[in-house]
Amino acid sequence: MALSKRIIPCLDVDAGRVVKGVNFVGIRDAGDPVEIAQRYNLQGADEITFLDITASHEDRDTTVEMVERIAGEVFIPLTVGGGIRCCDDIRTMLNAGADKVSINTAAVTNPDFVREAAERFGSQCIVVAIDAKQVSQEGETPRWEIFTHGGRRATGLDAVEWACRMVDYGAGELLLTSMDRDGTKSGFDLGVTRAISDAVSVPVIASGGVGNLDHLVEGITEGHADAVLAASIFHFAEYTIPEAKRYMAERGIEMRL
Amino acid sequence: MTIAVIDYGMGNLHSVAKALEHVTHENVMITRDARSILGATRLVLPGQGAMRDCMGELERTELIGLVRELLDEQSKPLLGICVGQQMLLDRSDENGGIDCLGFLPGQVKRFPADMRDGDARLKVPHMGWNLVHQPQSHPLWDGIDQDEHFYFVHSYYVAAAQQAHVFGTTDYGTVSAHVATGREATFAVQFHPEKSSRAGLRLLENFVRWTP
Repeated sequence: MALSKRIIPCLDVDAGRVVKGVNFVGIRDAGDPVEIAQRYNLQGADEITFLDITASHEDRDTTVEMVERIAGEVFIPLTVGGGIRCCDDIRTMLNAGADKVSINTAAVTNPDFVREAAERFGSQCIVVAIDAKQVSQEGETPRWEIFTHGGRRATGLDAVEWACRMVDYGAGELLLTSMDRDGTKSGFDLGVTRAISDAVSVPVIASGGVGNLDHLVEGITEGHADAVLAASIFHFAEYTIPEAKRYMAERGIEMRL
Repeated sequence: MTIAVIDYGMGNLHSVAKALEHVTHENVMITRDARSILGATRLVLPGQGAMRDCMGELERTELIGLVRELLDEQSKPLLGICVGQQMLLDRSDENGGIDCLGFLPGQVKRFPADMRDGDARLKVPHMGWNLVHQPQSHPLWDGIDQDEHFYFVHSYYVAAAQQAHVFGTTDYGTVSAHVATGREATFAVQFHPEKSSRAGLRLLENFVRWTP
């Protein structure tokens, strides 16, 4: 008996609709967030992550309302990310019914924000999202750096060092996305997932690149992730969550079936 | 008929209130008003974050006396959740050692940092879904399977001194944590029923119907 590994479907939401980008561009419409969240809840999803990918001011109210509607009907943990820049943003999302918030760009521009947020709201609700890209060449020791703005802006920060620093500052969980793999369906970047997961004391969610069920298995067994996040394989019904869970359980992974 | 979720300023109470509203037509209120708390038919004592802050806020809001009184009287059902469970013990190791409410004999301890599962380290906080074993029956377990999954997020766990007070255990690494404890009209859980899907909602429904 052990803690189950988690499957987290991710809803990328733009102006009130769930969409899925390929390498953050090329958007396909996948539907109403509340309906989709309910469907995943019924299927046995372990958590739901809601990423507000536009995060413009006009869409903020739509997002808050959407979070309220999901939280009123779906009784599993709900993480909200996208445009979380200050403690007021966190307060707004928690009041709307989010259980955790995911901080990305703001953590890089102002690392002390993570410390402040963890002190104020508790580490249990502070997820730091890390977008990493491999910067080493073939044959070199693998090295990854942090990128912001949807993978467009390099920061020069080493991903593993950054992850450890964010945990020191109070992050309760890390959401690690490989910018090289996101949207490619070629599997997680297992190198960076394992490097970070083995380096930190808090749970790591692997994200970016899931194309089939073996990728989910590898994320846990080879990447040492505590949870796996995926979007399109579930949104477009290539696989259902129960199918994914059974597949993983058959390969010896502890799952909540 | 009112269920009061006691608000002493620690953490996010909306999830608990929303989940209760989902399972009952009774009035659910989030309150720090002593009269409303005294007038309620049932109480929920939540808690999030560090023990020092939780106990500190309970004192600062002057609700601590009222909570102690209600625990002494046992005149209405009370459900403790997360740190709301831990507070009921004698003492917590968190923040260098904090005295708690002493309603149940026992301690609150930290998970060891170096637990392993094969070649992977076991993470602390214990975060996610784990199995809850029921060593004895209780009305709040009605309709909930033995070894059912519930959702947890915590780094400290309850070690009650008396087995008679233990209604749920969960194994994590080398630890068997007392994740459901209680006596008389008080029941308290480490996991989050409001985030534990069907089983969690069932437990809340059982609490709303419970007549100890």
